[in-house]
Amino acid sequence: MTDGVNHPSEAALTGQIGRNLIVLGRRLRAAGIPIGPGQVLTMAEAMSAVDVRRRDDIYFAARAAIVTRPEQRAAFDAEFAQFWRELQGAEPAALDAFTASDTPGEPPLPDASKKRQQTAETASAAEQEKTLLAVSEAEQEPEHGDDVEEMDVPPEDVLLFSAKEVLRKKDFSLCSPDEIAEARRLIEGMDWNLGRRKTRRHVKATHGERIDPRRTLRASLRHGGLPLELKRQTRKERTRPLVLICDISGSMDRYARLLLRFVHLLGQGLESTEVFVFGTRLTRITRELRRRDVDAAITNVVNSVEDWSGGTRIGEALKTFNFQWSRRVLRSNATVVIISDGWDRGDPDLLAREMARLQRSCRRLIWLNPLLGAPGYQPLTQGMRAALPYVDHFLPVHNLQSLEALAELLGRVEDQPPLRRHVPAPAA
Amino acid sequence: MSTTEAPTAPVGPASFASVDELEAGLRAQRYVADRGLATTLFLTLRLQKPLLLEGEAGVGKTEIAKVLSSLLDTPLIRLQCYEGLDAASAIYEWDYPRQMLYLRTIEATGAMDREAVRHDLFGEEFLLKRPLLQAIDAARDRAPVLLIDEVDRADQELEAFLLELLSDFQVTVPELGTMSARHVPIVILTSNRTREIHDALKRRCLYHWIDFPTFEKEHRILAVRAPEVSQRLAMQIVSFTQALREVDLFKPPGMAETLDWARALLALGTVDLSEQVVDDSLGVILKYQEDVDNVRGDVARNLVSRALMAGA
Repeated sequence: MTDGVNHPSEAALTGQIGRNLIVLGRRLRAAGIPIGPGQVLTMAEAMSAVDVRRRDDIYFAARAAIVTRPEQRAAFDAEFAQFWRELQGAEPAALDAFTASDTPGEPPLPDASKKRQQTAETASAAEQEKTLLAVSEAEQEPEHGDDVEEMDVPPEDVLLFSAKEVLRKKDFSLCSPDEIAEARRLIEGMDWNLGRRKTRRHVKATHGERIDPRRTLRASLRHGGLPLELKRQTRKERTRPLVLICDISGSMDRYARLLLRFVHLLGQGLESTEVFVFGTRLTRITRELRRRDVDAAITNVVNSVEDWSGGTRIGEALKTFNFQWSRRVLRSNATVVIISDGWDRGDPDLLAREMARLQRSCRRLIWLNPLLGAPGYQPLTQGMRAALPYVDHFLPVHNLQSLEALAELLGRVEDQPPLRRHVPAPAA
Repeated sequence: MSTTEAPTAPVGPASFASVDELEAGLRAQRYVADRGLATTLFLTLRLQKPLLLEGEAGVGKTEIAKVLSSLLDTPLIRLQCYEGLDAASAIYEWDYPRQMLYLRTIEATGAMDREAVRHDLFGEEFLLKRPLLQAIDAARDRAPVLLIDEVDRADQELEAFLLELLSDFQVTVPELGTMSARHVPIVILTSNRTREIHDALKRRCLYHWIDFPTFEKEHRILAVRAPEVSQRLAMQIVSFTQALREVDLFKPPGMAETLDWARALLALGTVDLSEQVVDDSLGVILKYQEDVDNVRGDVARNLVSRALMAGA
């Protein structure tokens, strides 16, 4: 089935060879490799630049043009091998010229445009809902909750006892479904101000700390070369990257779904936020959470994560993070937040070692524990005890109020590194 | 004119008619490349497209640019990326102190013609050309090799500059106008993949991932780059590093570490690997204390005895 040349830029790929390459391009796309039309052209150019009698050269030429990350190689290899077999089967004699007849069994193209439209619609609806449900900032803290040392609790100048206030302090695990739904809405209305950090780039600023030579010189021309006006610049600021590592094992079940909602909110629209979940193994869900529709995003996560509500191996999950991800996501002094109750079935030495490594490679290491909100809770579990020496801030995360306190802390993680005692990690 | 030239235009005095010729050329430069890399390099030269090389640290990504530059007998221009690298350090900057001095001099002589001064002040004479602008300098008589090293360490603003530069090979200086390349530079970008490069940039490039070398390749590289190491010791070294990469390490050693280690062992007068000499020189191949602790002792002893069997 020659599908005709319906894409404008594909028109450049004429003749039998061109049609075959377009087919190959479509199949590669169907196999999950995102290819731009320009890449198909490059592939055509590349393949015609090498010796067509050498299968390996043709293969390397196509691969150099199409594959853009190592994970795509397996899919590419499979599709290419199939493509090559069909070419040979069809017309062995004419192989050098790539003049095989139409290739059968081409998978149908997914209706991409329709899908895109759908996502756009759900996205705008979700946004609308969010603005409708935004909570006004005037609602202040009415009385003391469980204060944590590092926190500055806002002054309790507004005494307002409402159902909302009760809800703010109620442990998520004790909430009714209705209250959970309300809590969700409140979470979505929160105002998040993550810490800022200064970059080494400069932008113009009237009262900047540094003189901008280029603009000063230009301005001086107006005064016969005298630099009368000193133009200034300052260092550009950026959001500090945030990495969330969330426990979704059995013991966290009561909190996990609601916290994911909160995590989704944090991750949304922030380029620099990365999200991982773990039970027995670590899974990166940053991409899944990029979707604007909260419920769809969370369903997506649940589907993509195998060990939802299974056992916990925190040490191993952190090791995977340290070895496979830390160098890719812990750039520029990131803040790392681990959300877990510290019930660990793994080796506590491994956990301590990986916590030590993680603490050394980030700006702040925050551990959120929902159990910390319970009266009389002592972090005595083996896992929690092993991890605690390497945690910069240990905070509760059992109700809305604790989430607000966290938001406030994230907003003022300054450039000063935290005071850390040197705790040697246990030897391997 | 450069970008519209026929794609088959020769890139320099030495041009290669086939992948085989290029392979031979690389061999003559003592660079061991497998067929995939040679084909991709051939296409980089032939199609005049930038090449993005990714792979673990120390597998020879940067080395390729150096080898190409000496193979083609053309200058190598290197841009080392880091976070916060901006246009002033990557593309161009005006030489402010000299501009100020020039103004002072004009003032002192009293010959102040505003328009003329403005024209002179923002002329090419006062322009400091940084690596990217140097690479497309029209005054060049041949295409240079432009190495944009560790592009993953720069931030995304730089990628935006690169997109513009790598598609048109031109740079616009507001005061001067557009400057474009007469010879399209041979562009090599490298990345250690500490973060994902933007797709738009990737799509403009040919791509090649360099793996850790296989046993045979590592052995060949060692023989070519460190011929002074005996055949027997080379076998032992390669068996050891190959097996070491199988150990669960935070940072497995690259080819560069193997070469350093071979030279270190030579300097220590090593004839055969022993647990003692491995222990003494482990810091050359492993750069993290945990990795060293992990390997020292049983693991090292085991690897040494396997290596001695291989290189007996």
